[in-house]
Amino acid sequence: MIALGRVTIVTLGGVVAAALLLAGLNLLTPAANALHVPDFAIPLFGKYLCYAMLALAVDLVWGYAGILTLGHAAFFALGGYMMGMYLMREIGARGVYANPVLPDFMVFIGWNKLPWYWYGFDHFWFALLMVMLVPAALAGLFGWFAFRSRVSGVYLSIITQALTYALMLAFFRNDMGFGGNNGMTDFKDILGFALNRETTAVGLMLASAGALAAALALARAITASRFGKVLLAVREAEARTRFLGYRPESYKLAVWVVSAVIAAIGGALYVPQVGIINPSEFSPGNSIEAVIWVSVGGRGTLAGAILGAIIVNLGKTWLTSALPAVWLFAFGGLFIAVTLCLPGGLIGLFAGRRRGAEKARGTVSERQHGPAERAPRGVVG
Amino acid sequence: MSAADILRLDRVSVSFDGFKALNELSLALAAGEMRAVIGPNGAGKTTMMDVITGKTKPDAGRVLFAAQVDLTRLDEPAIAGLGIGRKFQRPTVFEPLTVHDNLLLALGGDRSPRFALWARESAAERERIDELLHTTRLVAERGRRAAELSHGQKQWLEIGMLLAQDPKLLLIDEPVAGMSDAETAATADLLGEINRSRSVIVVEHDMAFVRSLGVTVTVLHEGAVLAEGSIEEIQADPRVVEVYLGR
Amino acid sequence: MDRLRCAGGRRRGRGARWVVGAVAIALVVGLSAIAHAGEDPFSAIAALSADVESRGIAALAVSGNPRAAAVIAALREGKLYAWKWPRPDPPLYIRTATGFVDARSGAAVAAPPLLNLRRVIVSDTVRAAIDTAAGTLELASASATVRLKAAETLFQAADPGALPLIDKALAAERDRQVLRALRQAQAAALLKSATGSTAERLAAVGTLAERADLSTRNLLSSLAGQPPAVAAAIAAAIGDIDFKLKLWGVAENVYYGLSLGAVLLLAASGLAISFGVMGVINMAHGEMVMIGAYTTFVVQQLIAAFAPALSDLGLLVAIPAAFLTAGALGVAVERLLIRFLYGRPLETLLATWGLSLILQQAVRSIFGPTNQDVGSPPWMSGAVQLGGLTLTVNRLWIVLFAGLVLAALMAILRWGGLGRSIRAVTQNRRMAAVMGIRTPLIDALTFGLGSGIAGMAGVALSQIDNVSPNLGQGYIIDSFLVVVLGGVGNLWGTLFAAMSLGVVDKFVEPFEGAVLAKILVLVFLILFIQRRPQGLFPLKGRAAEA
Repeated sequence: MIALGRVTIVTLGGVVAAALLLAGLNLLTPAANALHVPDFAIPLFGKYLCYAMLALAVDLVWGYAGILTLGHAAFFALGGYMMGMYLMREIGARGVYANPVLPDFMVFIGWNKLPWYWYGFDHFWFALLMVMLVPAALAGLFGWFAFRSRVSGVYLSIITQALTYALMLAFFRNDMGFGGNNGMTDFKDILGFALNRETTAVGLMLASAGALAAALALARAITASRFGKVLLAVREAEARTRFLGYRPESYKLAVWVVSAVIAAIGGALYVPQVGIINPSEFSPGNSIEAVIWVSVGGRGTLAGAILGAIIVNLGKTWLTSALPAVWLFAFGGLFIAVTLCLPGGLIGLFAGRRRGAEKARGTVSERQHGPAERAPRGVVG
Repeated sequence: MSAADILRLDRVSVSFDGFKALNELSLALAAGEMRAVIGPNGAGKTTMMDVITGKTKPDAGRVLFAAQVDLTRLDEPAIAGLGIGRKFQRPTVFEPLTVHDNLLLALGGDRSPRFALWARESAAERERIDELLHTTRLVAERGRRAAELSHGQKQWLEIGMLLAQDPKLLLIDEPVAGMSDAETAATADLLGEINRSRSVIVVEHDMAFVRSLGVTVTVLHEGAVLAEGSIEEIQADPRVVEVYLGR
Repeated sequence: MDRLRCAGGRRRGRGARWVVGAVAIALVVGLSAIAHAGEDPFSAIAALSADVESRGIAALAVSGNPRAAAVIAALREGKLYAWKWPRPDPPLYIRTATGFVDARSGAAVAAPPLLNLRRVIVSDTVRAAIDTAAGTLELASASATVRLKAAETLFQAADPGALPLIDKALAAERDRQVLRALRQAQAAALLKSATGSTAERLAAVGTLAERADLSTRNLLSSLAGQPPAVAAAIAAAIGDIDFKLKLWGVAENVYYGLSLGAVLLLAASGLAISFGVMGVINMAHGEMVMIGAYTTFVVQQLIAAFAPALSDLGLLVAIPAAFLTAGALGVAVERLLIRFLYGRPLETLLATWGLSLILQQAVRSIFGPTNQDVGSPPWMSGAVQLGGLTLTVNRLWIVLFAGLVLAALMAILRWGGLGRSIRAVTQNRRMAAVMGIRTPLIDALTFGLGSGIAGMAGVALSQIDNVSPNLGQGYIIDSFLVVVLGGVGNLWGTLFAAMSLGVVDKFVEPFEGAVLAKILVLVFLILFIQRRPQGLFPLKGRAAEA
């Protein structure tokens, strides 16, 4: 556990240092300099940092509470939409239709009045509050139903997947009032800073790094506390914790909501940096992708989630432009390779011989079982 | 059945898809008593434990704890909170946690997430853990992860966790399965020690072990009590011989 | 005309209504008189006004004039020419390959100077009138099918002017179906006309009420100015038809729901094996379906290239081919990937998701990202009319196919040697191994069976969905929900869940739209799984708690 603490600190320092370095090299060196970081790299890295927050959120529930969520991108996207609503209102009369209140897409579908749920989003603080409250409320409601009725394992995975699928379909609808198919885009500025200015991009990237660092510190504090130990106990033997007098559902619910909020903040920072939010962010594949980032980095290590998100996305950026046809093969192969050969992830490789040896042993003993024996035939633990 | 009974099962029935796992089972345990429960496979021993600890809701009947609380209305954490501890057949300890932390989580106290988030280990807690490590002979293993313990050590750790809960009633499912003779004897001693301040129900197959406990034995058969008495009486009972010992 | 009469009837007082009614009747009678007086049924068809021209065409069609068909055909083809300058009785010519013939007599005439002629223009309104008229003319055809269609056209037109024609056709008709259609057309025309006694009208309403469809309802509700008794009968008939329509609507929704359910069932039955029986979460299941669909495509291409005579039977060949292709792939996947992950459902889920990406990309690389054109044999196309229901034949086949696949699956599991081994291994792996069952082989075959069934589902889906690399993704979540809803490992439950999901979906759809229906079903399922985590038909007892 102490070793993990060190890993956390190194990761924290690494992320912040990398962000500062990139920012400095972008702003302070002339474009001709060999060390100059091109403008496009800043929001790109900022995007990775937001993904890392999503991965961190997934690791918090999957790595520590054993909840394999296949719908966490829903919270990420919801946070993004809340921020998108603020950014749409910020456009004001500069839209194509120059309507001072209504976003372009509403004018386009013939609405003449702002729906009630858009009220307040002209204030940044209100949007920020909603970024956290709305996903927290959804997570709370969903988790309350799911955990109280003891849905767990793959069944929970399937319904989280169904949740994000349902949200995606809902946001595709024009009459939801969130821009339908096209979502929201053409943002102009945030808090008065023009989004197309380089300093704004750097500021957003640094804010993402800060938010990620704060989220990591929070997650670390949670997992290192007695609360975190109960979570691990729940992950390993949920029924046993009940006979000790714990209510696993309240622990799961608490960490689930915290995790949803972390993902949502990631999403909120993501939107101004990529300049668009649309329903495809809810697509089930995105959530599964986030899980694989965590697997690559190392489940249940927090730092691993961050590393995994950044490394996989670097690879994705490079491969999709260099060898687009190969990307899906590589990504699919990565899923298989990591689950088969690298159960501890990258961090597992580095984190010392003893842990690694145990993992291997655990795997071997598990392999002796056939499908039916440990299969999830019963849902309730 | 006196008012001093710590546990009383009153005509409890449970059925799974028409199979009657418990069939109007009635059973009383006096405060401070240790009871051994035996029976062939499928006699309903584990289901009985499940009903007492709230894992299974019975179709009919009541389970009274300390003559006043009906356990069939409560769920597992609430029943655990009343002071009923349970040890499973297969040792289940929290493998990723250290021996120390396993005991810490089992100690009595607030179980709410909010408390757990801010809790710091108190001196009293540390002292109690030291004591338990001593009782369970795991002092040297304090900082090791439970996954690394031997099978016997895990059984002991689990018993230690039960003691940490400080229960009034302890349900123990096959405590000596897979133990060596020396470990079995030591376990019998440990149970005797536990029984000094607590009521205990032990489910066991090992007749030598049951004999060494020297307590009243209840024989279950097809979900109901077939016979009750000392081990000698039980072994002399022709019905028991027929359904169980005779085979 | 009609509109004037309606508005008058509704808004003005009794006296005014009589006046307007009288004028209207006079006009109608007058017009019919012009058409039927018979001196020259051709004069109106060359009119400059599209309305007059249309009426002229209708009148010509029902006039019984032997030249009507030829003239109307010429008009449709733009070969009808009229005298350009105003004249009470303008000459009409039909242009032929060699010159002109007189429209009225059909005799060849010397070519008139083109300067004095104009081609009769066919506007959209006129074209509709021509179509109706052509239909009417077909009433004399030798084929009963054509006559039935013509009678139907007459019914739709409900033209009082056609009454004599209908009467003539009725007298000559022998076919029962055509007779019925003609009577309905007669009733419709009679109700629209100004003639006919109240008793005749009442009888007509009765005849129409038998025919409970939307067009009858529209016709009845457009009738105004009827005697009070007839109006009451019409109102009653409309109410009757509405009720019948609602019933047919329900039946139709059930049918669509069942056919959607059959699709879900096909997609889910394979999953019921791999997930339900083995507990393997195969996220690449949808891709097995997709591969089945592509196998169908390849089989069709091969047959078209080497044995075009058999192309109608391509689908029948594709079914075993898809089963074997997807099944073999399933066995390979089990041996190379899944067997290393038994007991770790979450890892299985991730690895098979990775596999699904690879399979999609592989198919995309080989066949390209666009939809492939999979043909339907003639026996799969068309529709069957059942009362007020139109059942598309391909959906019927799919319902049948899904039922057959499920029945075969159940039979295999219950009676087959493989099924016996599968059940033995599921219930007690170690004991099965001790009894000499080669459990790894059974694992591979079980998974292969599940995948093979997915492949067969792909054959069916290729008939109703786009065959693209993304085909499977649309079904995977639904399939999992079906299996979970039905209770894992319970094929009857799977059947029930698929059918009820399909029907519920189709019933919610008309009220809330397809997307919202989907969302509501998903939300319902999320809530349902939480209430009954083990599905509708859970396994109880120890097995469920293991």
